[in-house]
Amino acid sequence: MSRGTLYDKVWQNHKVASLPTGQDQLFVGLHLVHEVTSPQAFGMLKERGRTVAFPKRTHATVDHIVPTGDRARPFGDEAAENMMAELEENVRASGIDFSDPDSGDQGIVHVIGPEQGLTQPGMTIVCGDSHTSTHGAFGALAFGIGTSQIRDVLATGCVAMEKQRVRRIEVTGELGEGVTAKDVILTIIRKLGTDGGVGYVYEYAGEAIEALGMEGRMSICNMSIEGGARAGYVNPDETTYEWLRETDAFADDPETFERLKPYWESVASDDDAEYDDIVTIDGSAIEPTVTWGTTPGQGIGITEPIPHPEDLPAEKVETARRAQKHMRVEPGETMEGYEIDVAFLGSCTNARLKDLREAAAFIKGRDVHPDVRAMVVPGSQRVQKAAEAEGLDTVFKEAGFDWREPGCSMCLGMNDDQLQGDEASASSSNRNFVGRQGSKDGRTVLMSPIMVAAAAVTGEVTDVREMKEVTVA
Amino acid sequence: MSGIDHDGFADGDSPAEQVTEVSGTGIPVRGNDIDTDQIIPARFMKVVTFDGLGQFAFFDQRFDDNDEEKDHPFNEEKYRGANVLVVNANFGCGSSREHAPQALMRWGIDAVIGESFAEIFAGNCLALGIPTITADAETVETLQEYVAANPDAEIEIDVENETVTYGGETVEATVSEAQRRALVEGVWDTTALMGANTEAVKETARSLPYIPADHIPGDGSEDAAGAAGDD
Repeated sequence: MSRGTLYDKVWQNHKVASLPTGQDQLFVGLHLVHEVTSPQAFGMLKERGRTVAFPKRTHATVDHIVPTGDRARPFGDEAAENMMAELEENVRASGIDFSDPDSGDQGIVHVIGPEQGLTQPGMTIVCGDSHTSTHGAFGALAFGIGTSQIRDVLATGCVAMEKQRVRRIEVTGELGEGVTAKDVILTIIRKLGTDGGVGYVYEYAGEAIEALGMEGRMSICNMSIEGGARAGYVNPDETTYEWLRETDAFADDPETFERLKPYWESVASDDDAEYDDIVTIDGSAIEPTVTWGTTPGQGIGITEPIPHPEDLPAEKVETARRAQKHMRVEPGETMEGYEIDVAFLGSCTNARLKDLREAAAFIKGRDVHPDVRAMVVPGSQRVQKAAEAEGLDTVFKEAGFDWREPGCSMCLGMNDDQLQGDEASASSSNRNFVGRQGSKDGRTVLMSPIMVAAAAVTGEVTDVREMKEVTVA
Repeated sequence: MSGIDHDGFADGDSPAEQVTEVSGTGIPVRGNDIDTDQIIPARFMKVVTFDGLGQFAFFDQRFDDNDEEKDHPFNEEKYRGANVLVVNANFGCGSSREHAPQALMRWGIDAVIGESFAEIFAGNCLALGIPTITADAETVETLQEYVAANPDAEIEIDVENETVTYGGETVEATVSEAQRRALVEGVWDTTALMGANTEAVKETARSLPYIPADHIPGDGSEDAAGAAGDD
């Protein structure tokens, strides 16, 4: 078993009791709530005559079903309106803070937590969403839970968990030009498999990780679940503290910042920490990476050939065949030149200000391909506002992108933003499952925001490194 | 409201049912990495209860654009009434949506046997009292073939002794320690279990430097909340 890791320490600090099931009861430091997975939990709570135990450690927003176009109430989609109304009533009745669209703070739950400073190192954070692992970027222990567990947390402020093993993933070296955090995590999942992380928590470390800003670290931790790991984290450091200092939680309260900092430092993994497994990946060898199939583990470098199914391990052959048929790709070819119909820049993986800035810098002076429907969905209202203040919206709109209101949008197609028929999308999101983006025949190619920008311009999957710089007059 | 103590912890939890064994007929759904978007597409999650989700289990695998039935075990007459689902590796990967096991349960599934399961999915199943039993690839494939050939044959899962019996044969399987204890002892309702530890929960909360006193029910006064609130 691991010893002296951030995971061990945060676990121990939050352990309330050992349960007769063999699980531990962990206190939850922050419970994030959204409209899709919470209403049934609030319903179960009422059925049992219970109330929310720690409303002030609970924070809600609306993201999955919220329209990204016309947001006038009632929403055009009656089902979405009902979910919104239910959430409003639940948070009102329980005294839970709600970043709703009128607050200017609404956004994807995994974007707003970090930007408001709700997310802090050394916390346990849960949410009824598998991408809760995102918050691990701050050195928190953060994981997705199901609705019955949401009921547990609402009712008791705690979650029942079995302790897991810890795998340290060291990404060495320096990332090349045009290579981003997204390419790193797609490479990790490709190498370790979509179920390689089952039973593990991932600790991301090494020079390439340390050199990343918080946005990049969030992109990596975000997709831990795509590798089977329920949680992933990066040890907190000066980069983390710089981000926190600017947030609502501490901007006007440097005393609390200084008071908490020793705790944050204390939870970082010890130099002599013991791990259950250590994996090293050469960061300098990672290329811009895209998926060719229908699981996030089916990825390749942009110059690499799509694998022949029969060259894969036996258990992957059938999945690969099905995926290649669905995606209509041929083994032996590269993904470069794969025609796309839609470019989606958004999601909890890649819709933060830095992602938008990098994509806009590429887009400036270029135009979206005439056959491509391109959209930017900022991760939150704050991201949207900050981007607009910098004029990024103008850059995107002038190029032919649709600039939309924040939400989960086409990552999972629970609102009107969906692929149609067999459209192919270049997407900065996290899942390329069949049907994921709203059409069961839709085809998703996962990639970084700058690769989405490049594909939007050329109308096909493109190696962003090959695109010449545009001189803007 | 009656039945709720000062801390918001109620007495209204009834003890969970013991699940020591599950028996019934089987249904095989083949393929690795079957994700929760396949088990229940997101568009069916625009609901505020889990009622009625059963009809949407594997919907896009079962129906084409014109709502005509496609080839899928969940459409086959011979598997009607089956309650033991037999799957392959990494079943239930993807999102945390409890809608996935809820849809399967409401379709009629009481237990799932597979090579491996995604963690959140397995946890969600446990919260519903549905065992997720694992066995090696060959055992699972053999069982799938058996079920396909003998859709009316009884399969008996012994959760406590970690075995699966069918066709006069008993094979070894695995139920994780925590899951086995929870199901066999009937302690899978974790709300009730954890709700009994109110004071210890508060003690843990008090020990954490980032939790302000007024965030712990009964500790800080509302006045203190205004004065000391740091988030």
